[in-house]
Amino acid sequence: MRTLDRKLVRELRGHAAQSAAIAMVIASGVAVFVMSISTLRYLSDARDAYYDRYRFADLFVSLKRAPMPLEKRIEAIDGVATVQTRIVAQVNLDVPGLLEPAVGQLISLPDDGPPRLNAVHLRWGRMPEADRAEEVLVSDAFFEANRLALGDAVSAVLNGRLQPLRIVGVALSPEYVLQVRPGEILPDDRRFGIFWMPRRQMEAVFDMDGAFNNVTLRLLRGARPEPVIEELDGLLAAFGGGGAFGRDQQVSARFLDDEIRQLRATGLIAPTVFLGVAAFLLNIVLSRRIALQRTTIAALKAIGYRDREVGWHYLKGALLIAALGAAVGAVAGSWMGSGLARLYAQFYRFPSFVYQADFRVIVLAGAISLLAAGGGAWRAVRGAVRLPPAEAMRPAPPSAYRRSLLERLGGGRWLPLPLRIVFRGLERRPVAAALSSVGMAFSVAVLVMSGFTNDALDFLIDFEFQRAQRHDVQVTLYEVTSPSARFDLAHLPGVQAVEQYRAVPVKLRHQHRQHRTAILGLNEPRDLYRLLDAAGRPISLPPAGLVLNDKLARILNVRLGQTVTVEVLEGGKPVHEVRVARIIKQYAGANAYMPLQQLNRLMRESDAFNGAYLAVDERHRNELYDRLKRTPKVASVSIKQATISQFRDTVAANQNTMQSFTVFFAAVIAVGVVYNTVRLSLEERSRELATLRVIGFTTREVSVVLLGELVVLTLLAVPLGWGIGYGFCAAMTTGFETEMFRIPLVIHLSTYARAALITVVAVAISGGVVRRRLDRLDLVDVLKSGE
Amino acid sequence: MVSETFVFTVEGLTKVYSMGEVQVHALRGVDLQLEAGEFTVLLGPSGSGKSTLLNILGGLDLPTSGRVHFQQQDLSKSSERSRTLFRRFNVGFVFQFYNLIPSLTARENVRLVTEIARDPMTPEAALEMVDLSDRLDHFPAQLSGGQQQRVAIARGIAKRPKVLLCDEPTGALDAATGIAVLAAIERINQQLGTTTVVITHNATIGDMADRVVTMRDGQIATDRRNDVKVPVTALRW
Repeated sequence: MRTLDRKLVRELRGHAAQSAAIAMVIASGVAVFVMSISTLRYLSDARDAYYDRYRFADLFVSLKRAPMPLEKRIEAIDGVATVQTRIVAQVNLDVPGLLEPAVGQLISLPDDGPPRLNAVHLRWGRMPEADRAEEVLVSDAFFEANRLALGDAVSAVLNGRLQPLRIVGVALSPEYVLQVRPGEILPDDRRFGIFWMPRRQMEAVFDMDGAFNNVTLRLLRGARPEPVIEELDGLLAAFGGGGAFGRDQQVSARFLDDEIRQLRATGLIAPTVFLGVAAFLLNIVLSRRIALQRTTIAALKAIGYRDREVGWHYLKGALLIAALGAAVGAVAGSWMGSGLARLYAQFYRFPSFVYQADFRVIVLAGAISLLAAGGGAWRAVRGAVRLPPAEAMRPAPPSAYRRSLLERLGGGRWLPLPLRIVFRGLERRPVAAALSSVGMAFSVAVLVMSGFTNDALDFLIDFEFQRAQRHDVQVTLYEVTSPSARFDLAHLPGVQAVEQYRAVPVKLRHQHRQHRTAILGLNEPRDLYRLLDAAGRPISLPPAGLVLNDKLARILNVRLGQTVTVEVLEGGKPVHEVRVARIIKQYAGANAYMPLQQLNRLMRESDAFNGAYLAVDERHRNELYDRLKRTPKVASVSIKQATISQFRDTVAANQNTMQSFTVFFAAVIAVGVVYNTVRLSLEERSRELATLRVIGFTTREVSVVLLGELVVLTLLAVPLGWGIGYGFCAAMTTGFETEMFRIPLVIHLSTYARAALITVVAVAISGGVVRRRLDRLDLVDVLKSGE
Repeated sequence: MVSETFVFTVEGLTKVYSMGEVQVHALRGVDLQLEAGEFTVLLGPSGSGKSTLLNILGGLDLPTSGRVHFQQQDLSKSSERSRTLFRRFNVGFVFQFYNLIPSLTARENVRLVTEIARDPMTPEAALEMVDLSDRLDHFPAQLSGGQQQRVAIARGIAKRPKVLLCDEPTGALDAATGIAVLAAIERINQQLGTTTVVITHNATIGDMADRVVTMRDGQIATDRRNDVKVPVTALRW
């Protein structure tokens, strides 16, 4: 090893804690980067492979009923590669061990071999036999969530009769990577399952001999979907076609794509923060260290080292720290990534779990950290290179100071001398002080962000599921029913109130924009399903016109008072121009509302409904569930509290894991910044502090000078961090906005307080560590030396 | 023997430093008594132990063995805290490298001491004694080396210390400036009666002292009194 390198290694070792603190910040950034990007790649690779190998369809459409020969005409559409017609039905389930009714999505399996599209991956068991009545495959998420075993049966109301479905195999399909019930916004694996049944059996059960009610198709490579959709819709119009849509509207695919998009945001934001902080830390540490090594640099140059060699010597130190941080971060990130990917694998079901740390990602992360470190160190190194040796030989003259702003404004009289030292010191290096403060502020900001996700989720659940939707149970019916059916529901055990509604699938158009959704027809007055204004007060539907939520209004780019074209996708498929009468704020879904009567008039039907919200007496709940499981008219039942609980159990559990990571990383930033700032301050001021000690100041009095600076910087950092954190959160709400969810920009005071507290604790601990060095300061040694 | 008339009483003082694996015997049995108001110059080559002795007298360091009494107080048995208070109330230090706080003005550097001392003089009076009345609000960066050293002296004496300990106060200064600094020290010794110890390489400075102590290899080699003191302005080197 060359002597200069030996010097480097010894110095790094001498400042081990400081170097480690910087390396840890870099490691955190690299870890989050490697974790996010590797997981993102895992998800997107798994998705692409899955979609490809299991022939995930490009277009989807459901219809009332069409004869099999129509399949040929669909195949003939220009641009269509493969067509798979199916029978799909939603059924009400009674699952052993589950009090509430569940919902099953039944999908037919071709009798003549595997499905041409949306193939199933058999995880356990066997395929059902076409001529055996009860046999089904079940989706693995449902199977696991309900702790079922092969051979178990769940009961389903099939076309009015309660029948067993015997599980002979467990399967997955690219169509249901995430199992979200149509119309729901959260996955609920216990209460929603996919069942595959041989086509022959489904034909018999649903009276669909020689017919189909669902088509999926794959396009030729390069074919545009729009003309195909148009032709397909025209073809199916006579058969009750509900309008074809692509993967972008397919629930599972969209959830997955949104997730990948959000991961990409995380993978970019977090490392930028960490590496930015690391670059700035290296900048201040190195520039101040070089200042302290003035005479050494002079000596090196006097001996005959070239400027370039001296510069490279110092740059190498920064790069070594970065390399160390990147290495630790890569290992930690790969490990965390596999953990996160495994977590995702519980939500997003893929046939196999193949996660490997992505070498390219690691190399990229390493390169970025070296670049950040080099960039951070550059200015300092340039200073070392430019220092003329003769000048460097002389000890640096006393630094020039002036009275601080506070004193110049006349506030100096009462300012004790130790604080004057603090303020004048801060003002002499405003940039370094500001950077330290900003560094700490980032730690506060990261913590605000982590608390925000909880606050926002709480708010969202409270707003949507407590204040707006106050029902206990939502029931959807197979058929549009006459108003008298309302009394049947009202007489079910435990039902205290019934509010019927009608949901009509529509395509809304405004100018060149269009969106598929459902219009919900509601009665007045309502108390179970409420629409709220900005202040959270319930509002009534205007007597005429549509009420849109803000997301849908944005999608359609429509303003209050403008008209949208409503294309109804069922029944007589009427088309109407309807005025937008009100736009309301909601955090979930892209929804449209209308008074029930008006909606029925639009459908050219008299009073009718196809769903209801129920308020249920807790004591008769089980009885009610039991009855609902056996009621033939009921297509599905959703229990609000169960959905919320399941959501909280899973999402909140993940949130907690992520939160502890975040707290750790925020602490790393705070400690990294504070330790380095105070440590440098101690080094630079050792002479000053020793002098004070010699004069007769106690260690405690002297620490005021050392730590006073820190207190000031922290006081500045906390509100700044709150501000930056708020900005990050605002960016997150826009970045993470999806059709399913908008994150409300709600941050509790306690989140701000917690962020400040954790940072202050980290500051106090690292300040305390350095203060102990102050106690050990060798007074004689410091004062004897010239410089 | 601890006596009322002696400010410092030093008996059998030794100091051994461990410099890595090497043991350095900085003091090998020093006995010394300093009288109140005495101006002592401590001469000796580098490594003779004079700084070590001064630091122990000033309560900055502890001896390995032997005793140091400041009046009745046994410094060799004092805690860190009581030595801090000893320095705060009784000792003025002046160093070769002035050790001023660069972010404080001359006046504030002195006030640093007067704020924590008992019965100090005003910072202005202290700076007046070293002829710096016209530089009160200058920062160290705005002062010459000699001026900085005189601020350091003003800071040392502002508390009206019992003893003023100066370690090579002129070491970093040219002759003319050095003489101005020594003049300030002499004035304080005479006007305030402060017991003063000055360490130096420069034997000439011994001529202005009451007493000249020479050290060699951690021991006192010679100890003589000047019958005739040469005024500092007459010194030349």
